Amino acid sequence: MKKLRAMTARVAGLFSAPRREREIADELESHLELHIEDNLRSGMAAEEARRAAILKLGGVEQVKQIYRERGTVPFMEALVYDLRFAIRQLGKYPGFSLTAALVLAIGIGASTAIFSAVNPILFRTLPYPDAGRIMMIWEMRSGGSPMDVTFGTFHGLSERNRSFDAMAVMKPWQPTMLGTREPERFEGQRVSADYFRVLGIEPMVGRDFNASDDRHNGPNVVVLSDALWRRRFAGDRAIVGQKVTLDDTLYTVIGVMPRWFEDVLAPAAQLWAPLQYDPSLPPDGREWGHHLRMVGRLSPGVSKTQARNEITVILHSLAQMYAKGYDSSGGAPDGMIVNPLQDDIARGVKPALLAILGAVLLVLLIACVNVINLLLARGAQRGAEFAMRHALGAGRLRLVQQLLTESLLLALIGGALGILLAKVGVRLLVALSPADLPRLGAIRVDHAVLFFALGITTLVGLVVGLMPALHASRSDPHTGLQQSSRTTAGNHQLTRRALVVSEVAIALVLLASAGLLLRSIQRLFAIPPGFDASHMLTLQVQEYGRRFDSDGARARFFEQALQAVREVPGVTDAAFTSQLPLSGDYESFGVEFEAYPNEIAGPGFRYAVSPGYFEMMRIPLRRGRLLTERDRAGAPVAVVLSESYAKRMFPHRDPIGQRVRIGPNIGHADKPWGMIVGVVGDVKQLSLALNDSDAFYTTPTQWDWVDDVQSLVVRTRGDAAAMAPAIREAIWSIDKDQPIVRIATMDQLVAASEAQRHFALVLFAAFAVAGLLLAATGIYGVLSGSVTERTREIGVRAALGASPRAILSMVLRQGMKLAGVGTLLGLVVAAVASRALITLLFGISSLDPLTYLGVIAVLLSVSAIACWLPAHRAARVDPAITLRAE
Amino acid sequence: MGDKTDVWQGTLALMVLKTLETMGPLHGYGIARRIEQTSGNLLSLNYGTLYPALLKLEQEGSIASEWGMSENKRKAKFYKLTRAGRKQLEREARDWEQAAAIVGRFLAPSGERA
Repeated sequence: MKKLRAMTARVAGLFSAPRREREIADELESHLELHIEDNLRSGMAAEEARRAAILKLGGVEQVKQIYRERGTVPFMEALVYDLRFAIRQLGKYPGFSLTAALVLAIGIGASTAIFSAVNPILFRTLPYPDAGRIMMIWEMRSGGSPMDVTFGTFHGLSERNRSFDAMAVMKPWQPTMLGTREPERFEGQRVSADYFRVLGIEPMVGRDFNASDDRHNGPNVVVLSDALWRRRFAGDRAIVGQKVTLDDTLYTVIGVMPRWFEDVLAPAAQLWAPLQYDPSLPPDGREWGHHLRMVGRLSPGVSKTQARNEITVILHSLAQMYAKGYDSSGGAPDGMIVNPLQDDIARGVKPALLAILGAVLLVLLIACVNVINLLLARGAQRGAEFAMRHALGAGRLRLVQQLLTESLLLALIGGALGILLAKVGVRLLVALSPADLPRLGAIRVDHAVLFFALGITTLVGLVVGLMPALHASRSDPHTGLQQSSRTTAGNHQLTRRALVVSEVAIALVLLASAGLLLRSIQRLFAIPPGFDASHMLTLQVQEYGRRFDSDGARARFFEQALQAVREVPGVTDAAFTSQLPLSGDYESFGVEFEAYPNEIAGPGFRYAVSPGYFEMMRIPLRRGRLLTERDRAGAPVAVVLSESYAKRMFPHRDPIGQRVRIGPNIGHADKPWGMIVGVVGDVKQLSLALNDSDAFYTTPTQWDWVDDVQSLVVRTRGDAAAMAPAIREAIWSIDKDQPIVRIATMDQLVAASEAQRHFALVLFAAFAVAGLLLAATGIYGVLSGSVTERTREIGVRAALGASPRAILSMVLRQGMKLAGVGTLLGLVVAAVASRALITLLFGISSLDPLTYLGVIAVLLSVSAIACWLPAHRAARVDPAITLRAE
Repeated sequence: MGDKTDVWQGTLALMVLKTLETMGPLHGYGIARRIEQTSGNLLSLNYGTLYPALLKLEQEGSIASEWGMSENKRKAKFYKLTRAGRKQLEREARDWEQAAAIVGRFLAPSGERA
């Protein structure tokens, strides 16, 4: 305790050295005076009195030295000295310091912001106990790609497997609660009993689901999220056991999840209810469609390969039990896929995030190189100072330490500014990020991010300082002390040129990446989606409540709503569809073609559309006829195929008139056939980039059930977005309790469907511009430094008859040579590095020549501008003045 | 050598504390003279070593200093005992007495041990 206190006092003493020096001097002075007075009083002569007093004190300087060392911490004293000196140095050249700190701030800020976005997805383990044991489980398509599991698969696997401690399935659930003003639809999940046990999290209030909750016709119980509990129920613990009304049904609240609980499988989920499927249903029922996502917690000591092998074997034996048509898509399943949950959620975005992380590190690198260059230039100017210090006995190490202190201080200022920048940047990132970016809620500047920022700041400080420091300390004090030194300047110039070349090269890599992404996006948006997206508003309408339990009532509501919307002034046409292109909707079913007996064709997207949908969407008719009002329940089922589907199934025949069974009817000889009545143009359903356009259409009343969630598509005369309120009112005029969500213009949906590429493009463009500017300032700095150093030589040339034009071109050539070498080097690196972008590219190769040509043109013209300014200055050097100055 | 200095420094600190307890606030020169007088001039103090010791005691919080006027109207830095210093003095004095007593027993006439 006493030691600690003394140490604190000594460290504090570092900052009060001058005052203490004065005090001890005063104190010793007063001591001597007191002593001398005493001596005089005891009868000594004045001279003798003084001598005796000094002798007794034992050497004033020695005492001061002991006192000094005792008063502070010697090695730290040097540090404090360096720090003071560094602060003075930076303060003396505010322009330089500010530039360097800002450049570093941009580099550190950008990388910190990107790191904070990438960290929760790629690096941080998920917020669950033993998260590494949580696996995502998929059935495997014949191509090897993952597919949602059926309830039958889940039920069979969870009964028989020994690899998992717990397994669970889930599906989205969007119950509606009537609020005070408008009906509110919540995001939720229907989950099997062990869902929370798989994640390893228990409710904070109340209890978890158990097996008796999750059975067919079981009790209506619900678990709430902390946020919903606080917002709607004021965080009242007595909520457990009370009833809430969801979708006109009473649910008993049994638990509330902890506040920190994050459901990475459904980030927006606010409530969870048991799945309550009936395992005794036949395998061709709705429940056997591939529509459930499945997770499992591996038993300790079981590897994911062991687990996969085991459940694949079980799956095959399940398939044998239901030889004909294991599930609604037909065919026997190929096997199972087991992926760590963490990898699974990152899978879609990992390449993009790694590319972005790589790009931002390049920006940081350019920023560092830039500051190294600035410091080298400064070092060249300070040659005389270093030489002086060296001559006065400062060792090389001492000099390096001093310069590193300076660069670390600079980095620290840059880092502090950078963190502020990152805080703004993170908010911007979250606003810009694609909706499917996982763990969006976990993106923030937290301890890990600050630690990262501190880490790179220190690293940057050392990296940036080391080269200039070694350079400076190596210089020969003898030449340094002489005013004009040629050799060292030449040395500096060489290093600085190499650095500029590398800056240009990195800038080219960034520019090329941004260029490739830009061209991909252009290509992508040039692809016709298969319908006319202009002046189009889309809304998702959900039926809610008991009054719609019958299909007839459902169909009636949608028909009436459609009528009301069509009458809204400004609306030219409107239609309903069960799934909306490019909105993220994804529903596909197998089809049984009479022409292919005993076979169920690979799935196509299923659309139940109101008659008039094709006309409204402007999807072209290729053959036959479109769907009409006459295709109603009771009439023979009329099916329209997409062009690609028709071609695939009937390459040499007319598809019109061919008979099919669709949906739950497939494989049932007793069910009536439907007939293909028309073929329409292909429509992009999932993404503009995918050619996955096999689809079939029916009217809602001719499908086996009427969908309770449908998308309304409306064509408007003017601005589509402005029509939203009027259209909503029109629907609510039919029934005011129907929730309306996902209101967006088609243009917005198209843009959002490419959000990930767009996100990457925006970031790459920003990084490329930053890189370009930094590289340009780098060229400018080096060239203008070189012009300054060569003023005399240029003056001599001018005096000997070189024209301003010749001097201009000489300097220009010097600068452009650097840019040229950098560009060449950059091309080589970019050709390799752009392969990392391949998953983000579309329609062009990563070596797209047009992109590279464009990028080279941009880079060289910006470099030319950066070279022009110093060249211009050199051309105006007046030989008379420079020569006289010598 | 180093060890001896430490011991000496330790005892010097104790003497300083005791002096300040007896005399109240006092300047460095006064403390030095008082220590010499108390020891019956048996101890000859190198005054220079006193000041680092005073600094150490001050850093540890046992004493506090303040500039003031000496009895003959000279400016001087006065040291006084803090509460923590008083406790330290009590403790160290007790330790010292104990140590002295133990050593004393060893050096006492051998007859007492039987």
